Order: sequence, then structure tokens, then C-alpha cells
Amino acid sequence: MTRYLARRLVLMALTLLLTSILIFALTQLLPGDVARLILGREARPEALENLRIQLGLNDPVPMQYWNWLTGFVSGDWGTSFIGGSAPIRPLVLERLGNSLKLALLALTFCVPLSILLGAVAALREQKFVDGAISLFTLAVVGLPEFVTGLALINIFALGLGWFPASASADTPTLGELLRQLTLPALTASFVLIAYIVRLTRAGVVDELKKPYVRTATLKGLSRRAVLVRHVLRNALAPTITVIAISFGWLIGGLVVIENVFSYPGLGRLMTAAVERKDIPLMQAVVMVVIFFYAAANLIADLLVAFLNPRVRLE
Amino acid sequence: MSASNEILIAAERLTIDYRADGRWLNAVCETDLQIAPGEIHGLVGESGSGKSTLALGMMRYLAANARASGRVSFDGSDLLTKPDDAMQRIWGKQIALVPQDALASLNPSQRIGDQIAEVARLHDGLSASEANTLAVEMLRRVRFSEPEDAARRYPHQLSGGMQQRASIAMALIARPRLLILDEPTTSLDVTTEAAIIDLIRDLIRDTQAAALFVTHNLGIVAQLCDRMTVLYAGEIMASGAVADLFARPLHPYTIQLLASLPRPTHGTETRLPTIEGVAPSPTNRPTGCVFAPRCPAAIAICGTKPPVEALDGGRLIKCHRWREIAAGTLTLEAPPIQPIRANDAPTAGYTLTTRDLRKTFARRGMFQRRARLVAVDDVSLQVRARSTLGLVGESGSGKTTAARLIAGLEMADAGTMELLDVPLANGARARPVETLQRLQMIFQNPNDSLNPYRSVGATLQRAIYRLSTAKLSSAEINARVMMLLESVRLPANYADRYPSELSGGEKQRVAIARAFAADPALVVADEPTSALDASVQSAVLNLLKDLRAERGVSYLFISHDLNAVAYLADWIAVMYRGEIVEEGDVEQVYNPPSHPYTEALLSAIPNPDPTIKTHRILLNDDANGAQVITGCPFHPRCPRKIGAICEHEAPPYRDAGAGHFIRCHIPVDELTVLQTSAPTMRTGQALPRPETP
Repeated sequence: MTRYLARRLVLMALTLLLTSILIFALTQLLPGDVARLILGREARPEALENLRIQLGLNDPVPMQYWNWLTGFVSGDWGTSFIGGSAPIRPLVLERLGNSLKLALLALTFCVPLSILLGAVAALREQKFVDGAISLFTLAVVGLPEFVTGLALINIFALGLGWFPASASADTPTLGELLRQLTLPALTASFVLIAYIVRLTRAGVVDELKKPYVRTATLKGLSRRAVLVRHVLRNALAPTITVIAISFGWLIGGLVVIENVFSYPGLGRLMTAAVERKDIPLMQAVVMVVIFFYAAANLIADLLVAFLNPRVRLE
Repeated sequence: MSASNEILIAAERLTIDYRADGRWLNAVCETDLQIAPGEIHGLVGESGSGKSTLALGMMRYLAANARASGRVSFDGSDLLTKPDDAMQRIWGKQIALVPQDALASLNPSQRIGDQIAEVARLHDGLSASEANTLAVEMLRRVRFSEPEDAARRYPHQLSGGMQQRASIAMALIARPRLLILDEPTTSLDVTTEAAIIDLIRDLIRDTQAAALFVTHNLGIVAQLCDRMTVLYAGEIMASGAVADLFARPLHPYTIQLLASLPRPTHGTETRLPTIEGVAPSPTNRPTGCVFAPRCPAAIAICGTKPPVEALDGGRLIKCHRWREIAAGTLTLEAPPIQPIRANDAPTAGYTLTTRDLRKTFARRGMFQRRARLVAVDDVSLQVRARSTLGLVGESGSGKTTAARLIAGLEMADAGTMELLDVPLANGARARPVETLQRLQMIFQNPNDSLNPYRSVGATLQRAIYRLSTAKLSSAEINARVMMLLESVRLPANYADRYPSELSGGEKQRVAIARAFAADPALVVADEPTSALDASVQSAVLNLLKDLRAERGVSYLFISHDLNAVAYLADWIAVMYRGEIVEEGDVEQVYNPPSHPYTEALLSAIPNPDPTIKTHRILLNDDANGAQVITGCPFHPRCPRKIGAICEHEAPPYRDAGAGHFIRCHIPVDELTVLQTSAPTMRTGQALPRPETP
């Protein structure tokens, strides 16, 4: 297991290195002169050249990459081009904290519910309940986030007044935080629920056909015990993998939901950076998102290995 | 077996149908089957006969799309009408199942000990620690040498025989009164099978449980069971005491089934009697006697359903003409036994020679240590012209790898091969088409080796086209397809059929036809009959024998079925852990066996004659295939190990004369004495051991 973990950590480091190269290469390809972008259209050539030297833009590209990478790893994430050269790191970390809170709450909502629905659908394969669950989850995933988000706001914020219409992570108490985040987390859950339900259902249906389930049944175990003690553990590998992928999306991809609820997360920060061609900020946000994405996948793989001795012991 | 009339479980006119494509298909039809306490009841039938459905139906375990009618009496009540929660108290506690595929039937992510203990916790209310202690004790009873260690392992870490023994421990832990064993040894080696059968016999005797043993192997029934039921196309043809049915089979199906078994006494000069035709599918059952279409004694009345009649000794029979057979006025004409043709006589020279063929498999990974496995260890073989070399050994012995090296499907690491005295390139890609024409292979499972989306005709056309050096017109190719179909005794209209429309035996005939598409000198046949039913197997063996006579081909015939090998092969090579341990002609190797391993293999074959109680030489499981063994590779399992020399020195390959070679430290003349003087032995008992040379 240690060997497996070590191997996966090395692979993760390599993944991050490769993405960092990709990100850097892509930002190099973006059109426009950075110096002119910062100083404005009317800037004098000497000022532009000075800034370029100052930013290292005249250095060879590999050297620029190296300087950026070593800086990033040592905690110097640079300053934002625009908006008064604010340091990037505190800004990104604050937004990351907000995104993590929202992501965890969304997973808390949708993972147990989806696994339950998926398992129930599998046990009632081709029956009414299975069809109803399929229909419900597909109907929900078919709706765009801004529709479900706005609908939730209309009902629960504007109508019933249970939750605020816009969410803020800047609250002193946990109760208030939950109240703030419930609606955006629910909206994100609606997107994920169908994937997780369908994968769980497929996994359980596959496992139920295996001979060991017959063995468990013929031991005299109840249907529930067969499912909980024998089937789920073997059926959940694909579910766990898709949850990890969803986690990456929850951290960096919630642009629409964050906009609907005016929530200051990483997704909105990234779109802002792209709109303003703020390259250092863009690079930092993408690296952070990729890191969590890779880490979630690593944890998922370790979990799958833990559940499946054949992966773990080979 | 119980002498009283007490009945533990009885199926009464049990019928099971299942729903497919919107209609009900009958799998088991009005069957009556009784088992007394302490009885081992054999349930035999070909694949598709409904024997597993019936066996599981007797414990009221039905597929989701199945329905049952009739009655299954157990403890005075009808299992078919019991609610689910009542069955949950019977399953595992009163009636337990030992399944066919032990690995798939164990939970892959739970430790063996926990899976076994779960039954005792559920039914006997034991605490976790009590149940675990009992599970270890059960593992000891099913003859694990290190039960504590085994209890902590996961299923995939055990060998096939160990997995099956763990399943038996799980079935027995709550002391059920009835054990249902659904082909528990079918996927195991003959040596492992012998050990499991022996274990099952002892355990059932100890626990006073009764057993229903489902199998297609009549040898096992003869050696293990008290009573038996013969199932055909979902109906019971005959049932009764094993001794009676074997000694005086009255049903034409039973008679023919028993006659078609390859036996050591058949010799190589004869053809096996076969049952013509194939079993009817559930969609297309005859309205009268289900066996009539294949029955040589069928007459007009057989177009109506025969009644089930009870004879003396609790015997049942379902045949219109059994009285005539019993009275001797109707004898089923045994199919004529044709001598092999004169031009089949082996000629001088070798079709294939290999020298020091070697193949090592290495498992490698980025951070993993390399584990090496020598699958084929300096193997030198000769296949004589127009003759058959049988290559036998347990799974993992390297026999299939050797075949794949010769067929060019794997690359040898070292060694040379010659086909018809011409060097044979390593790997099929390096071989010219002329070589491919002369060397072809037949695989074990025709379901996997035929393309399901290509008709039989297209498959053969393609083989003819790919193996042809001349430019053939499509008319010429089609003519050859017809010739090939005829030569494997398939009707010409089969060219338009797809593999899914063929029976297992027919598919294997197509695979054989494909191997003969060009003009092969050598056909490598890797277990070509082991996926087939007994009645089909004999027909395929006959076909291979006929083709050898007609086409002058040589075979390298790989099999774990030593009887089938004895029927087809002239020469035998016995393989163990990658090495040839003995070779010679059939007489030299079998009569009597010399090498201790050959002796054990032969003794493990269940003899299909209940009057001959063979004592098996039981080998312990070959648990760790990757483990490095010094000296003689067989010494850890050898019942005739003579001492330290076996552990440290590789045994010499001794010449026993006339082409007979034995790899053993025991001198040849002493081996001969041992085999002829020692009638029956088992491991653990004192064996006559020769002096250390």
C-alpha cells in the first residue's frame, strides 16, 4: 500500500508539472502585449520596454516559465496586473476557502442521497420505482443551473424567505454559513445527482448479477444485509471516481451558480481574470483548481484500492 | 445411506419455467426427486438439461424471471409456498449451496474467515470472535494446512482448490441437513477434483448431512453417489441406485451415455460410440418423448409422452420401451466400432521437433519488483508423422504456453523448432504462408474463437483465402468450403449459419474445419473437447481421429482429460511446472504409470464404474505457482519423495527403453516395481519407499 501511495504521489506531481507547462504555454499564445495591456494604449515605447524588462517578458520563454514555476512553488504567486498590483495569493486563497465550503456542503447533500437512490433503483431494476428515479434525476440534470438556481431563489428566498437570495461566506457562525450556502449547494447538487445516481445504479446492477450475491442470499441474509454488507462495497468504485471528478468541478467550475448567488468563489475569480487578461491571476487560479482536482482523484483511487483488495494487494 | 424410508427432501412434479422474449420457456418439467438423510444423490445431465435449475429450485432459489409449480417438501412443508423471511432461516442453516465457480461465488473484498463466520453469526447467534474461531476450525476440517492464515486472506489469494474448499467450509459451518453441490469440481484440475471429492465424501459421512451433487461427470457419480437421477431436456429419464443404473441401464439415453465415455480400456484401435444429434433447445422441445429424436430405439409410440414408472428399489424410468430392454428383447445396437484405416499407420520421421524451448513470463511495473515465472522450461518434444502426441498436466503446468509457442502465438525466449525438418520461425508473424498452411491450431472454447458476426461459410472462406498461395476464384473457394463442411460432417447449408445458431459441438467442428482450410501437417489442439458435453465430446474425438486418417495429419493434443488423451494419442508427454517429467507411448506411460506424478494424475480420474473403488493418490494443492522450487519441481507434493536429494538436485532424465523417458531420482526399475507392487495408496499413509540411490 505504501508503494502504491508513493507511486500515485509521484504520478500526481508529474501531472501537476505537465499542467503547469500547458497553462504557461497557453497563456503565451494569448494575443496582445501584456505591457500595453497594463500601461494602456497611449503608453510610450520606452515605458513599455521598461515594463517588459521589469516583468521579464524579454527573457527566453523557458526561463520565464522557470521563474514563474519556482516563484509559484515557493509561495510567490506574483501580483495582479490590473487593479493596483494587488498580491495574488491572499486573494486566491480566500476565494478557495469559499469554494471549498460550498463544494463540501454540496457533496454532503447529494452523495448520500444519490447513492441511496441509485441502490434503490438497482434493486427495483425495470420496475416503477427505478423508472421514477431515472425520470426525476434526468429531469433535474436537464435543467440549466441558472434555471434551478433562480427557481430555488424564487421559492425559498423570495417566497418563503427561509434562505437569503445571495450567498456570502463571510459569516461568524456555522448555522448562518449553512443558511447562506444551502441554496447554491442544492443547485450544484441537482447537477450532480443524476450522474451519481446513474453510476451507482449501474454498478449495483452489475454486482447483483455476480454469483457471490447468490452466495450471500443463500447464506440466509436479508436483502438489505446482502446489499449493505456485500454489494455496495464492490459496486461503488465508479461512483467514487465520478464524485472525485465532480469535486474538481465544484471547486473551479461553478461560474454560473456563483454568479446567480453572487457568491465569491474561484469560478468567478477565474472568469474575471480571463476577461481582464490578468495572466498571473489566471495561472494561479488554474494551478490551484488542478491541484484539488488531482488530489481528489488521488483520494478516490486510494479509496477504491482500500475497498478492493485486488487493487490494494497486487 | 439410510436404510429407512425416511425422506429429507422431495420434489414432487416440480416444474420450472422462465420468461424470455415475452413467453414462458420450460426448463424443468414435472420432476420427482427424493433424497433420504445421509444420502448422496447424483444429478447428471448435459449442459442445458436443466440440472442446475432443478437443484437450485429444490432450495427454492429461482431466477427473477422464473416461476415454479409443483411441490418441494422439506420438513413437512412446501418450500415453494414459504415466504421469503422463512426461507432466510432455511438457507444457510438447513440447506446450503456449494457453487460451481468458487472464486466468483466468494465476495472479492471480504476476508475468507469473515465470509465463513458470517453464516455462524447469522444462524447460530455466535459472537464475532466465537464465529471467527469456528471459521478457522472449519477451514482446518476442509484440510487447510494453515487455517489461521487462510482465514485472513482474500479469495483471489487462494488457489482454485482452496477457494472451493473454503466454499465447502462456508456451506457446512451451520451444520445444514442438505448440501446442494452444483458442479463443484468442474473448473478444477483432475488432481484437485479428486481431493475435493474425497473431502466431500468424508464430510458428508461425518456430518450425517444429505447431498445433491450436480455434475456431468459420470465417473464422479460412480465413485461418490448412492443414488442418481438422469436429466435430459428438463425431464427425468431415469433414477435409482447408482450401482443398478450403471450395471443395468434401462433407458436408451443412459445406455448410450455410459457407452460413449472414453475409458482407459478403449485403446486406440476403436471409435467411440456416440449419440447422434443434439439436445433440443427449450424453445423447441418434442411433444412426445424428449429423447426420441436422438434415440435409436424410437418407434411410433415415442411420439407420445412416456409415463414415469416406478420399478423395484425406488427406481424411476421414463421410456415406452424399457420393458423390452429389461427383458432383453430389445438390444440397443451399439454403433459399429470401426477399426482405423490402414493409411493411418504412423510413418517414419517427425512432423514437429522442438529443442530446449523456453518461455519466461515477467510481471513488471513502474515500482514493482519483477516476479519471474518459467512457464516452459527447456522443453524438447517430437511429434511423429501421422501420429498424435498427447501433452498432459494440470493447469499451470505450461502445456498451453508450449502449444502457443509452437503455434507462434507467443515468442519463445530460447530454443529451436522444426516443422517437417525445416526450421520454424519464432512467432507466427515471421512465418511464411507456406508454414501457416502446414501448422494450424484449434482452441479450447469455440465460443471465443469464432467471430460471432461472421457466418460459418465466411469464416471458412476467409481461412481458405488467407492460407492460399494461389489465386483462387470465389467458385473454387466455395467448393472448398463445401468440402471442408463435409469433412467435419456438417451439412452444406451450415455455411449460411452464424455461430449463435450452432451447438457447442457444431461450433467446434467449424473451428476444426478452419484448421484444415489449407493442408496442415500439424494441428495443435488445445483442450478441444473440454468445453463440450460428454455425448458431443466423443463425436469430436472420433472426427479428429477420422481426419487424421483421411488427411495424414499429426496432432499435438493438449488435454487434462487423460482418458481422452489415451483414446486419441499414440505418444504422451507429461508436463509439470514447465518441464516434461515423463514421455513415452500410451502403454509405457499408462500401464502401469511410472513417474509418481503420472501415477497421481491417473489415479485421480474418477472411474465410471461404481464396482471399482479406486483409491486415489491425493496431492496437496499446488498453492504457490510463483514460488521457486529447487531440485525436483514435484518434490513438495511427491508421495514418493526419497529424501534430501529430491530437494536439492534436479532429477536425471532417465531412459527407460524404447523411447520411454522418466525424470525422477528413483531408478526406472525400482519405479516399475513400486507401481506394480503397490495397489492403493494415499498421502499420509506409509508408502513403500526405495532406498536412496
